[in-house]
Amino acid sequence: MDNLGQLVDEAQAAFAAAGDGAALEQAKARFLGKNGLVTEQLKALGKLAPDEKRERGAAVNRAKAAIEAALDAHRERLREAALDAQLAAERLDVSLPGRGAMPGGLHPVSRTLERIERLLHSIGFAVADGPEIETDWHNFTALNVPPNHPARSMQDTFFLEGRNDVLLRTHTSPVQIRAMLAHAERHSALDVMPDLRIIAPGRVYRVDSDATHSPMFHQVEGLWVGERVSFADLKGIVGDFLRKFFETEELQVRFRPSFFPFTEPSAEIDVAFMSGALEGHWLEVAGCGMVHPNVLRSGNIDPERYTGFAFGFGPDRLAMLRYGVNDLRLFFEGDLRFLSQFR
Amino acid sequence: MQFSENWLRAFVNPPLDDAALGRLLTMAGLEVEEARPVAPPFTGVVVAQIVEAEKHPNADKLKLCKVDAGTGEHLQIVCGAPNAAIGMKVPCAKVGAKLPGDFAIQAAKLRGVESFGMLCSARELGLSDDHAGLLALPENAPIGADIRACLDLDDTCFEIKLTPNRADCLSLTGVAREVAALTGAPFTPAPLTLIPPATDARRAIALDAPKACPRYCGRVIGGVDARAQTPEWMKKRLERSGIRAIHALVDITNYVMLELGQPLHVFDNARLAGAIHVRLPHPGEELLLLNGQTVEPAPDTLLIADETRALALAGIMGGEESGVTLETTEIFLESAFFAPKAVAGRARAYGFASDASHRYERGVDFQLQRPAIERATQLILDICGGAPGPVEEARSDEDLPQRDEVRLRPARARQVLGIDLDNDAMQDLLERVHLKVRNLAVELWVTPPAFRFDIEIEEDLIEEIARLHGYDNIPAPAPQARLAMLPATESSRTDWDLRRRLAGRGFQEVLNFAFIEEAWERDFCGNDTPIRLANPIASQMSVMRSSLIPGLVANLAGNRKRQQNRVRIFELGRCFTRSEDPEDGESGSVSGFSQPLRLAALAAGPVLPEQWGETARPVDFYDLKGDLEALFAPRTLTFEPVAAPALHPGRAAAVFQDGRRIGVIGEIHPRWAQRYEPGNAPIVFEIELDAALAASRPENGEISRMPAVLRDLALIVPATVSAGRALNALREAAPEIVREIHLFDVYQGQGIEPEHKSLAFRIFMQDTQRTLEDAEVDEIISGLLHHVEHAVGGQLRT
Repeated sequence: MDNLGQLVDEAQAAFAAAGDGAALEQAKARFLGKNGLVTEQLKALGKLAPDEKRERGAAVNRAKAAIEAALDAHRERLREAALDAQLAAERLDVSLPGRGAMPGGLHPVSRTLERIERLLHSIGFAVADGPEIETDWHNFTALNVPPNHPARSMQDTFFLEGRNDVLLRTHTSPVQIRAMLAHAERHSALDVMPDLRIIAPGRVYRVDSDATHSPMFHQVEGLWVGERVSFADLKGIVGDFLRKFFETEELQVRFRPSFFPFTEPSAEIDVAFMSGALEGHWLEVAGCGMVHPNVLRSGNIDPERYTGFAFGFGPDRLAMLRYGVNDLRLFFEGDLRFLSQFR
Repeated sequence: MQFSENWLRAFVNPPLDDAALGRLLTMAGLEVEEARPVAPPFTGVVVAQIVEAEKHPNADKLKLCKVDAGTGEHLQIVCGAPNAAIGMKVPCAKVGAKLPGDFAIQAAKLRGVESFGMLCSARELGLSDDHAGLLALPENAPIGADIRACLDLDDTCFEIKLTPNRADCLSLTGVAREVAALTGAPFTPAPLTLIPPATDARRAIALDAPKACPRYCGRVIGGVDARAQTPEWMKKRLERSGIRAIHALVDITNYVMLELGQPLHVFDNARLAGAIHVRLPHPGEELLLLNGQTVEPAPDTLLIADETRALALAGIMGGEESGVTLETTEIFLESAFFAPKAVAGRARAYGFASDASHRYERGVDFQLQRPAIERATQLILDICGGAPGPVEEARSDEDLPQRDEVRLRPARARQVLGIDLDNDAMQDLLERVHLKVRNLAVELWVTPPAFRFDIEIEEDLIEEIARLHGYDNIPAPAPQARLAMLPATESSRTDWDLRRRLAGRGFQEVLNFAFIEEAWERDFCGNDTPIRLANPIASQMSVMRSSLIPGLVANLAGNRKRQQNRVRIFELGRCFTRSEDPEDGESGSVSGFSQPLRLAALAAGPVLPEQWGETARPVDFYDLKGDLEALFAPRTLTFEPVAAPALHPGRAAAVFQDGRRIGVIGEIHPRWAQRYEPGNAPIVFEIELDAALAASRPENGEISRMPAVLRDLALIVPATVSAGRALNALREAAPEIVREIHLFDVYQGQGIEPEHKSLAFRIFMQDTQRTLEDAEVDEIISGLLHHVEHAVGGQLRT
């Protein structure tokens, strides 16, 4: 009887000694194979008396089961070991950089324009567009700047050779005229024209070039025309916009009387930050005002019935303030070392 | 407009310090650009007279002075100034004085000699850069008096930026009137006395162009001393207002112009012949101006002339030959009103600006000519002496500006401004700035004074009310409006989507000027007749671009100079060409020009940044083509070889979308790569933005549950047959169950006969209803093969 227990112990020892699958299978053959030690025990049962046979048979089978279980356990151990070895061999240097290329980015002025569009879109301003080679009429006359008006000396204009009726637009305000004409036309059959709310971002041109002036720069024009649009509304929207744009409720916003031929009353808008390098300084960021009745008339809109306001921001300047850029020229030099900071 | 604060306070003196006064002006629309103290802070400096000046015993360049500083004893002071001389009155910083920069004056020993104070130059007091010697004080300066009081140094130069509508503030009187209105402080106007004529000397005046000049006052004054000294107080006020003192007669006219706002001119009466004519020029007439410039006046430029010649450009600038000199003894003084329209823009056309034209083109008080000539006469008599003749006034009443009543509906003002201000309050505000108001309850009828040229319509009055009420006092509520959503279409993408897609593929956005060098247009666009600017700021910015590509190439060259070799950039912007029929209808158009928005990208250098896991390889045509296709996906593009001036003739394609040519892609022509030094073989594309924006709403289709069958087909075709042609031939012949055919290999070389190439296609077949039979598949493949053999001369590769 004792030899069965010994057999199990031997088998376990043999399995444990097996270093790989082949050795384990050999050890298995020694115990469980056709001529294995367990098989021999089973064969030997035939020579026993029935009583003895039943008892001995049960014992041998228990031993066999124990040996088989040991075999499975050791098979599993070897599989685990093999997997561990494989995993160890497959270890990566995770500190190596990822493959491929990083994304590029938008120009800081574009980023700024996109934010401006998004903020104003959220209260119903749609984007309008207009040509950059513009007619003198749209750029000046329709905006209440007749020829020889002193206000024309306020903006130095690029003209084209061979055509004296066109110019490079000096501001985005001519888009107001185009938008009003289209709006009035579209709703000419209605008793009451719905409100017109647009912004017109784009490039504008003036004969000027230094650290704070570029011959090409950007403006965003905003326009809201409706039956009861007021200067108070203008103050509300512009103040809200600036605080959202600079993401601070502590921004000081000041409206200061000014003059533009196309608005009346007119204002310049100054902001002052409550912290940072520019703390406490008034910085001019926009011009605005109530649309002049002559301008509404140019847009085929009855100034007795409708009023409106317009504002014009300099996105380049807003981008400079927001991102700490101190030379406007950097925006137009295409230097990737500068531009790639704005990804 | 620049002026001295103390001068202003002579007219109106509100209880505000200079900073508060500055804020008041700025917030009333007279923007203070600069408020510069006349002198920096210092103390303890008094007027002293040098009573002894001897050489310093131990130093060659120093002097040992004794000065009387009003202290009762003579102070011994060592001084290095070369001009120190007995009798001279100079600033003396006594012991205990603080000079600018917190420099404290103490008793000291200089080269062994004790010194009790310091005699000062203008620079040491921060008054100017003059350090040549001691600041010489006037002989009548009282000894011992504080220098700040003596020189009136507690003053500020205000520089205000006036908008063109506020010509009434181009004078001290105008600014003072405004300050009085804003603060309620009393306004004391400049003293005005009518000077009775002392002689009969007069000169006739003829208004030949009365619309342009409806009022002209003139006066002869004889026996003047043109060499008289301009008094210090006047010089100081002029200089602190930015006007250099010249000589008494000119200084007086400038002074009156600053004081009242009326430009004046003095002629040398001896150099005039006959009556004064205010007229338009005769053809060919020339005039030598005071600034040395000879002009031939344009036909619309008003002249002052006598009976023989032109004397001056009216309201712009006097003539050299009729002006006063130090020899002048008899003058003819002019005080005229010229209509703004008769002066506007003229000076600019001759290439200069003058204080007079600046005022006239914006509007001068048309009732001011007589008071101003009297005021100037008074000052001339006081300073230069002389005997005045009567004031001669030529006037055309019907041509003088009218001041019509303007209607103000207070209810409308309240609505436009969004404020709650009653009618009486509005009337009060308007009257404060000298507007006459008839209050008819529902309407106010308002008459502006002669000095305001900016009040003609109701809005002008609404603006006045807003300004005087204070922009700060207008509320800033969140506006109320009807809520209506803006459309959000799926049939178009936004340019932000495109920018982000390109950025996602490694491109950085740039913004380039729309005007470029003429050579770029010629080389990259083959354009010899570009749209030229009439007034470019530089030759390299002289023509409008018709393509974004040259700008990107220049960006690349610039970045390579800065050692950036891998460059992937894009720009979205307008291009400009002449066109009879502009296509840009949506955003409005300008006849004769097409101004489409385009999107262009450039890639150069290694396809990937240098890295450990990839073999370096330069970016090529197919890389950028992949980027372009990804930009458009899921919409597909087709490509055909094209000749374009900017591009390598064998490596350029026109890009088509649904049969419309929408742009080009290719390698920059090696010739330009050499000339503009962007390095080797940059690849670019440029496409019409509207094509790239187009999108379509996705639609779900049936997805087959049946197994798919894949077959590969390798074809040998002549090398001249493009892969696209072969692929199109296969697609044309494919029955419906062929779901997709794509090219997966191109091979040329060993095993393939010369002038031929192998193209390998993978054909993906599937039916939605059933499993495909082998025989059926074989039949399809042989059908495709047969067709492609026929169409492009291909053979099965065996």
